[in-house]
Formats: sequence, C-alpha cells, structure tokens
Amino acid sequence: MENRLNVTASPHIQDNSSTRKLMLNVIIALLPCVAASTIIFGANTLLVTGVTVAACVLFEYLYCFLMKKPNPVGDLSAVVTGIILAMNMPVSMPLWIAVVGAFIAIVIAKQLFGGIGMNFANPALLARIVLFTGFASRMTAWVYPDKCTRTFLMLGVDAASGATPLQVPGGVGKYPLMDLFLGTHGGVMGETCALAILIGFAILLFTRTISAAIPVTYVGSYAVFSFLLNVGELGAADAAMLVLHEVLAGGLLFGAVFMATDYVTSPFTLKGKIVFGIGLGLITFGIRAFGNMAEGVSYAILLMNLFVPYINDLTRQVPLGYKKHKKGAKKA
Amino acid sequence: MLKKLKRAALGARVPHEKGTAGMETVRMPVPSKVVLPMQQHIGAPCAPVVKKGDTVQVGTLVGKAGGFVGANIYSGVSGTVTGVEDIRLSNGRSCPAVTIQPDGLQTVDPAVKPPVVTDKESLIAAVQACGLVGLGGAGFPTAVKLSPKTPVDTLVINGAECEPYLTADAREFLENSETVMSGIQAVMKYLGIKKCLIGIERNKPECIDLMCSLAKGVAGVEVKPLPTRYPQGAEKVLIESVTGREVPQGGLPADAGVIVLNVTTVSTIGKYLATGMPLVTRRMTIDGDAVAKPQNVEVIVGTPIQEVLDFCGLKEGVQIGKIIMGGPMMGVAVADPATPVLKQNNGLVVLSAQKATLPAPQPCIRCGRCIDACPMGLEPVVIAGAFSKKNAEELNKLCIDLCMLCGSCSFVCPAKRPVTQTMSLAKEFAKKEASK
Repeated sequence: MENRLNVTASPHIQDNSSTRKLMLNVIIALLPCVAASTIIFGANTLLVTGVTVAACVLFEYLYCFLMKKPNPVGDLSAVVTGIILAMNMPVSMPLWIAVVGAFIAIVIAKQLFGGIGMNFANPALLARIVLFTGFASRMTAWVYPDKCTRTFLMLGVDAASGATPLQVPGGVGKYPLMDLFLGTHGGVMGETCALAILIGFAILLFTRTISAAIPVTYVGSYAVFSFLLNVGELGAADAAMLVLHEVLAGGLLFGAVFMATDYVTSPFTLKGKIVFGIGLGLITFGIRAFGNMAEGVSYAILLMNLFVPYINDLTRQVPLGYKKHKKGAKKA
Repeated sequence: MLKKLKRAALGARVPHEKGTAGMETVRMPVPSKVVLPMQQHIGAPCAPVVKKGDTVQVGTLVGKAGGFVGANIYSGVSGTVTGVEDIRLSNGRSCPAVTIQPDGLQTVDPAVKPPVVTDKESLIAAVQACGLVGLGGAGFPTAVKLSPKTPVDTLVINGAECEPYLTADAREFLENSETVMSGIQAVMKYLGIKKCLIGIERNKPECIDLMCSLAKGVAGVEVKPLPTRYPQGAEKVLIESVTGREVPQGGLPADAGVIVLNVTTVSTIGKYLATGMPLVTRRMTIDGDAVAKPQNVEVIVGTPIQEVLDFCGLKEGVQIGKIIMGGPMMGVAVADPATPVLKQNNGLVVLSAQKATLPAPQPCIRCGRCIDACPMGLEPVVIAGAFSKKNAEELNKLCIDLCMLCGSCSFVCPAKRPVTQTMSLAKEFAKKEASK
C-alpha cells in the first residue's frame, strides 16, 4: 500500500451515461429524418445540414475560445442543435442564411445565457422563429418532390404557390394520407416524413433518452381539441380522419419528438411534463384553428418554454412522508 | 401510474456484482492486534474500563456504553491490553481506542453466559448488554430501536441488501436461518408484535425460498420479495415497500408503527440469547476488482483492515485506488488501511485506481434524472440551485432533511456531477441555519 488511497465522498461508482452519449442518441434518432429528406428532397439536404452543423460547432468553439471558457464541443450538443435547425429549413435555403441561423441558435440563444443547460428556450427553435420572421419568403420557399407536384396538380393546386399541406385550399383533410405519412410533400426538410420521425421517436424511447410523456400528451391533447372542434360539423369518423391528417402534416410530430423534449427547456417531473404537453397541444390548436399563422408548433413550444420554470415550481414531486409546511412556523 | 405522478422514485440501476453470494463464510485467523475505538457509531462514546497491561478474554467488557444511545464494546480475542490511545477514524474524527495484543488461545471469559430474558425490559437490557448495533451499515444501537415511544404493530426484517458487491446479509439467511428465526420470534414475543415481514430483494431467490419454507410454520411471519432496485434497503423505502406506510417527515419508523431490524442484527439477538456471547465478530464481504479472492469472511471486530485484505489477497500488478468500508454507494473511503473494522462494517470493497477514478464533472443539462431516481421524491437539481443561493428557507421547503445521501442522484447523473455531495452540504447548511 505504498501508493496513496483515493478518498472521496460516496457514492464511489457511477453509471456509464454521459452528456455526450445522450446527445449521440439524439443524433442517431435524427438520422432517419436526414435520410428521408435526402431521399425526398435530394442531396442538397446533406449540404444544408452539413453547413448548419459545421457552423453551429464552429460558433460554439469560437465563442468559448474567445470567452476563455472550457471547450464544450465534445459534448455534441452543438451538433444536435445544428441538425435540428437544418431540419427546420427548406432544402432550398441559401447557405448564408443557414449560417445566420446557427449564429442565432448557438451564440444568442445558448451561449449568451451561459451555455448548455442555461438556455431559456430551445436554441434551434429560437433560430427557426428568427429566420421565419427575418427571411419569411426564403423559409417558406418549399421545394416539392416530383410525386408531390403531381398530387398538387391532381388537387388542382398550382404547385408553385408555396403551400404546405396545412395550407392547401379545401383543407388538409383532402390530402392523401400516405403522402403525409411518407413525407412526399412540400415543407421544411425534417418535418415532412412522419415515418422517419416515428422511427427516431422509437430510438429515443428505446435508449431511454427521453420519456414518452411530452410527445404523447402534446399530440394527444392536440388531437382531442381538434376532434372536439370538428366533430359537431363533420361527424365522428370524418373528424377523426381530419385530425389524423392534421397530426401528420406540418411540424407537429417533429416538434413534439425532437424540440419539445429538449431537457433544458422542458419540465422535470412527469406531472410537469403532462402539464407542458397539454399546454403545447392547446396553444398549437389555438394557433392552427383560429390564427392565420403557419408557425403553430414553433410558437407553442417557445411560449411553453417560457413557462417551464413556473411549471417546475408548481409540479413538484411529493417527497416520501411529506408534511405540509406551516406558514411562518420554524423548524425546531 | 398515479403513484408515479406523485413521485417517480425509480432509484438507481446499480450493478449487482454479487459474485460472493454462493460462497461459504470463511473464518479469519486471530489477527496480530485488535484495535477497539470507543466511538464506533452514532451516540455517546464508550468509556474504556481496561487499562494498559490488563488481561482480557473473548467476551470481556472493554468499553462501557456512555448512555442509553450507546453500546458496550467487548474484546473478541484473549490477550493483553497494550495501550489506550487516541486514533483517527475514517470519518476524520479521533477518539480513544483500546489496543489488545492477542495471545492466540482465545479463552472465553467465564462471565459469558446466556442472559435470562422474561419480558420486554429484560430483552432490551440483554440487547444492550450484548453491545448490538444495526449491522447493516448504519450502526444505530439496537436497544434504542427496541424501545419505541409509540405503539408498534409490525417488525420488518431488512434483508434487501441493495448495495452492489455485498452479500454478508444473504449469507446470514443461508447459514444462520435458525438464529434469524429465533431472534425474530424473541423480539415478537417480548415486544408483543403480532406481525413480521421479511423483505428480501428478488435477486436472492435461494434466500427467499429458504425463508418462505421456515416462515410457513410460524404465525405472523411473512416473506416479502422486493424488486431489485437501489436503495431498496433504505429504511423508509423498505417500510413503504413492505407495509405501504410512509414514515412521516422528521419521524422514526415507530411513528409508522414499525420497527426495522437488519437480518444480521436480529440473528445476533437470537445467537446472544442462546449463547450469551456478545457481539465480537462479524461477517464482511471482501470484494472489488482489486481483490484476488473475493469472499465472505468472519472477522473479529477491531482487526486492522490491512490484515483482512492480506487474508483475501490483492491482485498482483493492480494499483489500489480506493478502499471502501461498506458498499460502493454509501460506504466510506478509508484513508489509512490500519483503521480497524467496526461493528457495523458489512464489507470492504477495494477498487483499482482505474475504477476509483471518476470522470470530471460537466455542466448540468437539467435532464431531471436525479429527480426521477431520488427514492425520497426530492429534486436534487432544484436543491442544488437553492444551495448555491444559500437559501435555507427554500431548502427546507424542498425537504432537504429527508435526504439520506443514498447516492442515487450522483450515480445516474450523465454530467457526472457530485450531486450527493452537494445534497450533503445543503443538508448540513440547512441544519446549521435552523439551529441559529
């Protein structure tokens, strides 16, 4: 026993999880979306995604270098932000705008607030909203896959008019369900293919990276609200069909699985996650049903992100043997 | 589902590492010296009743309990007292300790004879005279536990043994099932308790089977197989698991109508009532990736850790990183291998330098895993925030006093932060503020 013994506080063992591994799980879960949009929208997907990711990593590195902070690039969180941000842009996005988006996400939304774990809203989401506000026409310049154009022609819609399925005249309910499921329609890169998103969701659940609470309550509550709105007019069967179309179209699934579940900007407890999910469903429903904005999911998540500290305070767990604290009473 | 809404309390999926569970206990030879610290656990320190040059025998009183919350200390060897000097314990405090040079004869003190127990008072007196403390690791004097201030209707036997590596309690079930049962029956009889629940984790099926067959013929005794989940053996968690009752905040198990005894503790009661031999030896699991021959060893209390490790052998060429008294989740890292084995030490885990080196902490990503893991339903990440602001009022609101430092939060943290340590500091801080 010549060598000195290591003396630390317990516990003396830890599991083999790490921030890096969790982020890697998310990256793997995002790959089906990247692959699907490459198939649907072509190889330009990879270029836009690559540039966005590279810009995110570079900004993170540069910021921390200039601020003399430890280099955080190894935790891969900037890569996740980069892929999610890219998946939120149309494939025709000019690359310099993608770089602007990366700057907003990493420097403004994340690092200025203290880096990983400190951001008040999802960085990729904030960048998406800024880009939508600043470059509205570019962000909505949907590119259509060939098959999709045909569908639009069949529906009698001008393919160049720039509408996502949610904006098709006559309503999303008329859109072929299979196209919505496989994603062969106009939209931003990651959002269109519901199948790829569901595969990603399964990967995240299987690797225990996220809990199912937020996506399920979000989509579920949205579906319930929308069904209740339409059931009177359309009858149960048609209303259910319409709801199914609405859930598959737009950014709902992608937002629910990849953006609303961001650790930092979602509540801690199961109770909190359910409240958060229902809140998201309600706001998304409100914007989609009564507003005239295309950005239902983005604003719903942003708004609920801002509520997270309050939700956390109000949805604490009940400790084992908890006794209510009397006001003013001091413990002896 | 509804229960999960209240609190997740998932605990930690710690590795089992119970490789020694199937191994017969080996008796260790008499050590070259025995050091008996006069303060081994919570409570008043003992007063040494021997002086340098005195001869002692196996079972001779060495330290007299300093109060009701305290337990006598007896010699486990026959030999000569070579000194009463201050030593430093692994918790950093120093206390007087009696050092005995064994003569190797192991003659038994003639005063050792079975106690006469006829009622509750004489049982408690016997347990106190025996020097018995909670042998599961906490080391709380057992006589105090057996004197609850509120009525108790259930005896819970803690055989969960949820710490990785440790199998000492599992061996107690398998090797001494008769004294386990006789101890249980004595406590039930004299304390007038009608019901006894034996909690055993499901990763010990042979213990469950054996105890089920023994409990069949005894009225009121029932075995409760428990999910294998750390910290299943934590007192309050165990009580909730086997009885469904919650120990109120700031209260004792007796406030929930329960007495909890570790299986080895209750077995020692059985042994003492039959033989009158006080607590002088104990079984320890010696394991860890640096140990050459992991096994369960019966060790005389006071044996220096170094001699126990020499007996089991350490792997050649492996650099020792850490010696842990107890399990790796809640055990204490030992600074000096000359430190003696205490009554409540249920194991020694020796980790290689490689395994003992934990990764550097990174920023919290607020994933909430510590909250999901906390068996008490606390919110470590929120508590850490309140502690960094030194907000004692907020810490009390967050029930920091309920934290038992089980280590689950640190274990699951993906950012590898020392969450449990922060909880410990926060708990101390809140306590200090409250006493101001």
